[in-house]
Amino acid sequence: MTVHRLTLTTMAENQESTLPQSPPRPEQEDPDPPTPRSGQPPRSSPATAPEHRSTVRSLLRLWPYARVIRWRLAASISAALVAMLSVLVVPLVLGRIVDGPIAHHDLSALWPLAGALLLLGLVEAGLFYTRRVVLAGPLAGLETAMRGDLYAKLQRLPVSFHDRWASGQLLSRATSDMFTMRLFLAFPLVFLVVNSLMFAAGTAVMFVLDWRLALITLLPAVPLIVLTRHFESGYSLAARRAQDQTGDLATVIEESVLGIRILKAFGRHRTMAERFRSQTHELRETELHKAGLLANLWAVIVGLPELALGCALAVGAYLVAQDELTTGTLVAFLSTALALRWPVESLGWLLAYANEAATATDRYFEVLDEPEDGGAPAPAAKADATAATATATATAGTDEGIRLTGVRFRYPDAPDDTPDLLCGIDLHVRRGETMALVGATGSGKTTLTALLPRLYEATGGTITLDGRDIREIPRARLRELVSVAFEEPTLFSASVGENVLMGAPDASPEQLRRALDTAQADFVERLPAGTETQVGEQGLSLSGGQRQRLALARAVVGDPAFLVLDDPLSALDVHTEALVEQALREVLGSTTALVVAHRPSTVLLADRVAVLADGRIAAVGTHQELLRSCAVYRELMSGEAAPVLEGSPAR
Amino acid sequence: MSTTTVRPAKGSREPGEQPDPPEAELLPPPSDDEDIPVPPGAARTLLAALLGPHRGRITLAMLVILVQQAALQAGPLLVAITMDRAVPALRDHDSGPLIAVIGAYLGCAALSTVLQRAFIRMSARINQDILLELRGRIFRHAQRLSLDFHERYTSGRITSRATSDVDALRELLSEGLQELLTVFLSVFYISVLLLVMDWRLGLVSLVSFLPLYLITRSFRRRSLRVYRRSRTATATLIVKFTETMNGIRPVQAFRREAANEAAFGVLNRRSATAQAEGFRELARFVGLSRTTANVWVTGVVVLGAFLVTDGSLELGVLTGFVLYLRRLYDPIDQLAMFLNSYQSAAAALEKIAGLLAHEPTVAEPAAPVTLPAGTGTGREVAFRGTRFAYRTGKEVLPAFDLVLPAGRTTAVVGATGAGKSTLAKLLARFYDPTEGRITLDGVDLRDLSTADLRRGVVMVTQESFLFSGTVAENIAIGRPGATREEVEQAARAIGAYDFVAALPEGFDTDVRKRGGRISAGQRQLVAFARALLADPAVLILDEATSSLDVPGEQAVQRAMRTVLAGRTAVIIAHRLSTVEIADRVLVMEQGRIVEDGTPAELIGGTGRFADLHQAWRASLV
Repeated sequence: MTVHRLTLTTMAENQESTLPQSPPRPEQEDPDPPTPRSGQPPRSSPATAPEHRSTVRSLLRLWPYARVIRWRLAASISAALVAMLSVLVVPLVLGRIVDGPIAHHDLSALWPLAGALLLLGLVEAGLFYTRRVVLAGPLAGLETAMRGDLYAKLQRLPVSFHDRWASGQLLSRATSDMFTMRLFLAFPLVFLVVNSLMFAAGTAVMFVLDWRLALITLLPAVPLIVLTRHFESGYSLAARRAQDQTGDLATVIEESVLGIRILKAFGRHRTMAERFRSQTHELRETELHKAGLLANLWAVIVGLPELALGCALAVGAYLVAQDELTTGTLVAFLSTALALRWPVESLGWLLAYANEAATATDRYFEVLDEPEDGGAPAPAAKADATAATATATATAGTDEGIRLTGVRFRYPDAPDDTPDLLCGIDLHVRRGETMALVGATGSGKTTLTALLPRLYEATGGTITLDGRDIREIPRARLRELVSVAFEEPTLFSASVGENVLMGAPDASPEQLRRALDTAQADFVERLPAGTETQVGEQGLSLSGGQRQRLALARAVVGDPAFLVLDDPLSALDVHTEALVEQALREVLGSTTALVVAHRPSTVLLADRVAVLADGRIAAVGTHQELLRSCAVYRELMSGEAAPVLEGSPAR
Repeated sequence: MSTTTVRPAKGSREPGEQPDPPEAELLPPPSDDEDIPVPPGAARTLLAALLGPHRGRITLAMLVILVQQAALQAGPLLVAITMDRAVPALRDHDSGPLIAVIGAYLGCAALSTVLQRAFIRMSARINQDILLELRGRIFRHAQRLSLDFHERYTSGRITSRATSDVDALRELLSEGLQELLTVFLSVFYISVLLLVMDWRLGLVSLVSFLPLYLITRSFRRRSLRVYRRSRTATATLIVKFTETMNGIRPVQAFRREAANEAAFGVLNRRSATAQAEGFRELARFVGLSRTTANVWVTGVVVLGAFLVTDGSLELGVLTGFVLYLRRLYDPIDQLAMFLNSYQSAAAALEKIAGLLAHEPTVAEPAAPVTLPAGTGTGREVAFRGTRFAYRTGKEVLPAFDLVLPAGRTTAVVGATGAGKSTLAKLLARFYDPTEGRITLDGVDLRDLSTADLRRGVVMVTQESFLFSGTVAENIAIGRPGATREEVEQAARAIGAYDFVAALPEGFDTDVRKRGGRISAGQRQLVAFARALLADPAVLILDEATSSLDVPGEQAVQRAMRTVLAGRTAVIIAHRLSTVEIADRVLVMEQGRIVEDGTPAELIGGTGRFADLHQAWRASLV
């Protein structure tokens, strides 16, 4: 591919020409959505464009984590350094043995030197051990801390963030990237420091031994530095691309398993496999490109010093022949030079590792830098909010229940030319009242319900609960107040009881039982371990109706002040539905509730009904009133696009 | 997301010898610590199978690195020659030997440069091909495995196999193989050189391999154990991670963050402990082997000194010998790194091999029977003595016979757990019956190729997962290669066209992650359109309209009347509106068909269906 570019173009040109290719995948799979993109190339904002952060600057961001282990790291590096010194000293001792006792056939002088050699060896072995062992625990701890922080951060990030990011990209950051970073700190970082110092020390030794030979040996350093800089710019781009592609791969795998029923039902595993195949091929291309870059670098790094060493050997032999140099000195020089072979050669993979760790770090911090307040309200909206809060506080006491005032919402990534999904919702659910929310499929009912617990932030207007602006209530407290049963009942890998009690961790067993009763979840008793039965992805798979009933129980368990139910009975059969409704009426009697309803039977749970159409509340009234007066409602409930009688006000 | 940290490890249960049943049943959930049994030696067999096809290229790469090492290792030998021959010759004003030796040295340097570059490129190609193959195998196999397996194994664990376990092998291949080759070759070269230079000292040096071997063996055993634990810990970590991220809405709404963090922390630390232990094993190995090596070096120097003193060894030879001897042990570090990667990869390969060794319970026939040509009026479905029980023995459907004539629409009703869905899943061959058979136009479903089966029978479930991609792509899963018109036509037929067209980018709208932007009802419409596009002879709808609103459902029903013409259809619904379009209704109770007749007959009667129907009428406006 672009292997030759490395040597053919200047660094700037190289970046210029590789950049446009850097997002090689279709737009929708672009894994780095956090950079604001407005059709401009990412270059326009160098601060956020990961390609332009230097390797060192990226790696420095690891410092807060590495700080904790800095002494251990220092100990490890010191151990490695001292061990390396012994590598340098050993040839000197050997030289002494050869030039001294052996050359003079003086065995009595041998013993102290041999003893020194043995001692050196043992110390070296001890240091090798120490170098690794001091880092073992702390490094694992560092990875744990970083992964833990990522996980915690991801849990705090708003739902809109999760909508944008494919889960595979998140997963690859928590696993592959973390692995790369830890590996870097474990070996390459230590070696980078040690090998550089060892190189410096070795060079000094060589200069002491013979400066002429040392100069010859060092000759290739200049071209090497230039070449590695070239290498770096190309390699980090490729490394980043490979990591992104790995993330995409994880997404495909996950989806292919989560959607396995559909793929099976349609016999489409080949289609999916084809998609997977093409992505793995892309990854392979990137990896081969990386290997090509590395091969070039490595060849140079191995080759040039060897050539220089050959020259040094020639000159050295000449000097010995001229008696300007002792044999022992030449042996010592050459063994020093040969000992430096490894530190120099290792430069290739150390740089590669450093680059990969740097891009992995970038990817990690992309998530960690994400602002947590997701769609924080615009300043104007905030001013609005204060005004509204003022009035709200003024009327507090009389203004109880849920009140939505001029609530607007649009998804952050909605195209500019589309209208807001919710454009000015005014709705008041009185305290203790149950309000049904009815609207055509896709009218924004579910979105509206997600605004109450602030899973999404309204882009305009205010929502108050008993007179308090929800933005003033701490999120945890708000979500304690507002309990939700989602359209899609998700159970987690935990016991039935734990799943239900998520709604109210402090609820008593009695409350748990009541909640299960309300939801008609009597099937729980027949489960192998009752409420202790493990469900969720790692446990039993329950049917849709069973899951829905547990989700309902979860919502009602803590007698929440505000209850939001999103089509809570869709998967139930008629009999069960009737029973649940009956039981729910009791619960709803004392709760302020908003219930998304698709069918008359669900609507009948409510005291009043609000009709959502075109992003606004089109009508509010009782079921009977609306049936009479609202054509939209009539159509939604009976399905008949009834001829407009009685001069319906709606529409 | 357990509220109490994590559940305790599940004792000594035989690791998942049988899959969990499809619905709530009497098996403990899969434990955290065990996957599926791994056949002994599976990892090695798998590795061999992966390397096999590349034998030629691997041999070539080995030859390249062989020559490269020869060139590189010639250095000290040439130094020795310089000292013993070229320098004395130079003293006699004969620069010929020196020129020759230096020429050889530079030649070797150039050669090793070129070969090093060639080797990296070759081995990258081999490695990437192997990884490609392995990823593909895991993926294809996971797709082939039956639903009962997937219901047990969890998506996170498969993801873990295909990502982090493959990463372990990648690590081994990208660094390890070269390291191993280099280690062996350099050890071999140097050993030969040492023996040639002086056989007595050479033999003494080689004896050190015995303690080194023992140390290595013990390291391998211990680290494999550690890495096995580490792989499992990583997998559970991934399972937890994906579960949280996929359920982020309820996680946040129910304030699970703190409890999750605690639970994740436990798993995270478990993984860290295993890792730290692996690291310590490595440290121990390096420490011990270094000690051995350094003791030997001293010994050989002392011995050599004696031999030089008594005149049976030249000084130059001893110098070269000691230089080489140090290098004999230099690869210990590399060997340690290799063994480390290798044990990690071996543990990962074991897990992968375990997954690959799992045979689908619903297998493709070895010799598929082709379906008779369709008549365009659907196909006849017959259950003959069909019985279905979970592996635990609990019977879900007692043996029954049922014929669904071609082109007719049959509704199946009954309470949750009556066996409706099981009936449907058997017909869609998500499971195979325990006894008896199910035939499509007289052909046993088990004898049909997957392609034929899926052309014949398609099932739409209430769960309507959307794949990332556009709406059009999601519909086109029904029939890849369908034109845009066909996709739109299918959407139109089911009443999904309007809402899709109203999306920001119409049919090209990206559904994003799990269709977060598209409501459950809309997703069901997309699923319907997908099924229509597939144009199957037999269509099964399992609660496929549960999330639709009334107008949506009615639109679907209107569409059904035309869509179902010329097909055999089975409709499972708890909302009886759907049932009205059926020619025939089956009422199920506890796995048995208790009523069977036309809707009119049953409504007119006094049976369960009449009751149900009345209750349903009452629930309407």
